[in-house]
Amino acid sequence: MSAPATLIRRIALQGRYETMGMLRNGEQLLIAIVLPLLALIGLTVTPLLDTYTDDRIAMAAPGVLALCTVSTALTGQGIATGFDRRYGVLRFLSTTPLGQSGLILGKIIAVLAIMVIQVVVVGGTALLFLGWQPALGGLLPAAAQLVLGAAAFTSLGLLIAGTVRPEATLAITNLLWVLLAAAGGILFPVASWPDVFEPAAHLLPSTALGDALRSALIDAQFNLTASIVLLVWTVVASLAAIRWFKWS
Amino acid sequence: MKDLGPVEALDNKMVRVIDGVHLRAYPGQVTALLGPNGAGKTTTLACAQGLMPPNGGTVRLLGENPYQAGAALRSRVGVMLQEGGLPQAIRPLALLQHVAGMYQNPRSVDELAERLGIQGFANTPIRRLSGGEKQRVALAAALVGDPEVLFLDEPSAGLDPQSRAVVFDLIQELRAEGLGIILTTHLMDDAQRLADYVFIIDAGRTVVHGTVAELTAATDESAGVERMLTFDAPPGLSLDLPKPFTAVENVPGRYTVAGQLTPGVLAALAAEWAAHNVMPASIHMAPRSLEDVFLDISGKDLR
Repeated sequence: MSAPATLIRRIALQGRYETMGMLRNGEQLLIAIVLPLLALIGLTVTPLLDTYTDDRIAMAAPGVLALCTVSTALTGQGIATGFDRRYGVLRFLSTTPLGQSGLILGKIIAVLAIMVIQVVVVGGTALLFLGWQPALGGLLPAAAQLVLGAAAFTSLGLLIAGTVRPEATLAITNLLWVLLAAAGGILFPVASWPDVFEPAAHLLPSTALGDALRSALIDAQFNLTASIVLLVWTVVASLAAIRWFKWS
Repeated sequence: MKDLGPVEALDNKMVRVIDGVHLRAYPGQVTALLGPNGAGKTTTLACAQGLMPPNGGTVRLLGENPYQAGAALRSRVGVMLQEGGLPQAIRPLALLQHVAGMYQNPRSVDELAERLGIQGFANTPIRRLSGGEKQRVALAAALVGDPEVLFLDEPSAGLDPQSRAVVFDLIQELRAEGLGIILTTHLMDDAQRLADYVFIIDAGRTVVHGTVAELTAATDESAGVERMLTFDAPPGLSLDLPKPFTAVENVPGRYTVAGQLTPGVLAALAAEWAAHNVMPASIHMAPRSLEDVFLDISGKDLR
């Protein structure tokens, strides 16, 4: 009688498959690696950050790591899932022993795997070539908050991918990436926002992740408020995705 | 329901969708869901495969409720979706190997690929394959787990005649191996060639079911084979045939004579042609087909 491979093996296989799929896709690489690297270099060699800091790389690196999270979890996974849904891949794989839960877990593994690569590439570039000296005491909190940010943005990406057409997912997630990068508190602190809007800006998941990483990697502090904001976004977006995600 | 096959199979393999559709399928048999596009075949399969919960009624797949069933049940069932459900960027063999990894004892990917002629385009990304090539990859993906039950949604869609022969041979071989195969088709010919048992579905309901022989047999048990003779001749002829036969002019110039035709009836028909000095442009005669059954049931005025 036919039997499934073990759960661990199925999820690991799907994780590897999704990771390779993202790494082989030129647009995905562009938004996951190339654009964040350009942002890192741009913020270091131009005076854009000088209004906030006199140590450009110290403020640029955490922001770019936050941007990497949005690239992979929201834009990358959102687009990949949207088109897989269009072509019936989600339906097909959910009839195999992998199942719907295995599919989701595989995606989470893929997001984390890509983020490890991003941290190595972006962090390595900052450390080796741009003179970055992160606060060592903040490394663990930063890692935890990157994972939390990944959870929040993956939930949002899947929510979008599971509810609108893939072309719309493509447009929305790319647009969000640009807007959040430019003004969503990721690369630049929201201190630059008009005073009326600033409290609202702190409720954005992008601001929360950017602030959390800056607190950790600049001041070695655990930003509790930002973590709570991310947690709430994760819970709400996950519940919404579970409620409204359409598999076909 | 009658003549459903071996009784021990009853609780072993039973697909039953109630909401206008009632059906069962058994191991070692090909069960066809036949109906026009939009009849509800794919939805019925989606319920049977556990992809969606039915609004009412009961579905059992290998004795279990398939909706959100565990990996153990899913590993015993192979599914080929109508649009294939294949990722577009990957190459066929890589996909098949990936899917094979989900099972403890998968079929050999190489053998399947060889058998279905996938080797010839093994290195082309799936998005660049033709419809028939994608269809063969999807069939291989459904089979790679060595399932006991196989669902095929429109397996012959997009296939050229050679691929169709290969796929049909394989389906027959799998049936001989004891797989329970459930397929949908809107092609009467597919059902007639492949199916042991046919459920005709129209507008979301099973309207009739039976073996192909039962469905196409004469309504009178004692009678012989029903045949249908069609011929093209000038319109408006009034032909006098022995009772109860009549030549019905369905469309101007096309006539059919149906029933248990005998050489005597044909001789009478030929005599009438001679009397009217008419030579038909074409003559075709065949046993009653599933298509005729379907037309009878769904109403000729509808389609």
